[in-house]
Amino acid sequence: MTATPTAVATRESTPTARGAAGHQAEVGLRLDGVSAFYGDFRAVRDVTLEVRPMAVTALIGPSGCGKSTVLRTLNRMHETIGGARVEGSVRLDGIDIYRPDVDPIRVRRLVGMVFQRPNPFPSMSIYENVASGVRLGGLRDRRQLDEVVERSLRRAALWDEVKDKRHHPGTSLSGGQQQRLCIARTIAVEPEAILMDEPCSALDPVSTRHIEELIAELRRTFTIMIVTHNLAQAARVSDDTAFFTMGDDRAGFLVEAGPTTTMFTSPTNRLTEDYVAGRFG
Amino acid sequence: MATSARSAGARLLEAPTGRERARFRADRMIRIVALGATLLTITPLAAIIVFVVARGLPTLTISFLVRSAGAPDNPGALNAIVGSLQMVPIALVMSGFAGLLAGIYLAEFAGSRVAGAFSFIVDVLLGVPSIIAGLLVYSTLVAVAGSSALAGSVALAVVMFPIVIRTTVEVLRLVPNSLREASLALGVSTWRTVVSVVLQVARAGLLTGVMLAFARGFGETAPLLFTARGSDALNIGHLSEPMSALPLYVYQNSRLPSDFFVSQAWSAAIVLLAIVLAINVIVRGRSVNARVD
Repeated sequence: MTATPTAVATRESTPTARGAAGHQAEVGLRLDGVSAFYGDFRAVRDVTLEVRPMAVTALIGPSGCGKSTVLRTLNRMHETIGGARVEGSVRLDGIDIYRPDVDPIRVRRLVGMVFQRPNPFPSMSIYENVASGVRLGGLRDRRQLDEVVERSLRRAALWDEVKDKRHHPGTSLSGGQQQRLCIARTIAVEPEAILMDEPCSALDPVSTRHIEELIAELRRTFTIMIVTHNLAQAARVSDDTAFFTMGDDRAGFLVEAGPTTTMFTSPTNRLTEDYVAGRFG
Repeated sequence: MATSARSAGARLLEAPTGRERARFRADRMIRIVALGATLLTITPLAAIIVFVVARGLPTLTISFLVRSAGAPDNPGALNAIVGSLQMVPIALVMSGFAGLLAGIYLAEFAGSRVAGAFSFIVDVLLGVPSIIAGLLVYSTLVAVAGSSALAGSVALAVVMFPIVIRTTVEVLRLVPNSLREASLALGVSTWRTVVSVVLQVARAGLLTGVMLAFARGFGETAPLLFTARGSDALNIGHLSEPMSALPLYVYQNSRLPSDFFVSQAWSAAIVLLAIVLAINVIVRGRSVNARVD
């Protein structure tokens, strides 16, 4: 386990995932009573969770428990599906992203997302893919774009592999490289947080390791939330873990959340214990 | 199931049972019938080409291509060729822009209920006989301003418009939703996502749809019968005057009491067929390339 008891200790406020009180300026993401619906069907019920800034939070749980849906409520991507809606509040640095005067486009610039399957834009080169977010956002200056592209590719640990073929199509890369390209594209717009929805599930073990190393690097600058079906991966990459499961009403709910080491060694809830021990799910 | 004690290897080499032989025969029969049906579909096309070429080739001369029907000696079909080359592109501009925009709206912006209702209307429109498109324009534009090339273009556009919408919607539905999501998640607005991501990916397919409508426009006769009406004189650019077109020329010449003119109708059919086939070949080539991408 590379999960870091030391890192946890050096941060001043310890386990926030369970809602430690008494901080002044609210930083990071905080979910309060979040329910997510697809039409009349409630897919996620009443999730309250505090996400530690500049740390990796893993969302784990059996299929259909609403992990990905929870993730998609955090950058207002959930509502892009017809008939989908959200109740409750999600606060980013203290401001509810569902306030009527908040523009969902602004939310998505601050909370980026990496998807399960690498999805570079097929009509664009590697360079254009990385530049797409800032360019479609209005940045035109060639020099600045060059800088953003190089910086983002370096931070996504892809620069050395692609610097000589930046103008090749993004889809010419291998699956693992494409996923790092998507990460570069996401960090190019300088978000606060990055949501990753099973980012390695379509990748081979070597590419998976690259991405995990990258996550360890990125957590210095970004708040990261990652949905994963791979418990070993959750243990390796995350500081905190939130465990979800499905209720009798088929709605997913949060069972418990806490530092990853605690969640994997001495969880409070029996369901969590059974799941991390591999007894169900 | 295995009642015998023979090894699996030995059983592989046994003579086929009656049931296996029957299955083999049925398989072959169905294949032959299917092949026959396939060949049957080629027959009309081959027959069309053979007939048209055989009957039209004798009068397909240089003067046929460079002289108009109204010329005092050696009349040709230049007026019809030039007419088609004016009216169909004008109709394409009208129906292409409107059809693409409407298709983009239906596929990318409209709610599922609106999109469903409009798709139904488009389907109905696709099934409307083209002569009715001609009647519509006749009773409106022509009734007010008389026969004109412009009225012909409008009538053609009415026929081509639903084809463009339909193919646009179909092509945009093929664009994976993950690309739209990737763009939206970068904080790109919906219309920007459509213009910079979705349309770029779908470009080849959209062009295919427009080209198919183009080919259809060249072949349509009925919408032009009482709109552009036809003219023996060469008409270049006078859109408010009657104008000829290749299918009109074929129709009108074939009714004249002279073997020469009837033969010229076949010659015009060759030209028309060549144009439509050329467009189809271009479209096919493009869509094959698009698949390779």
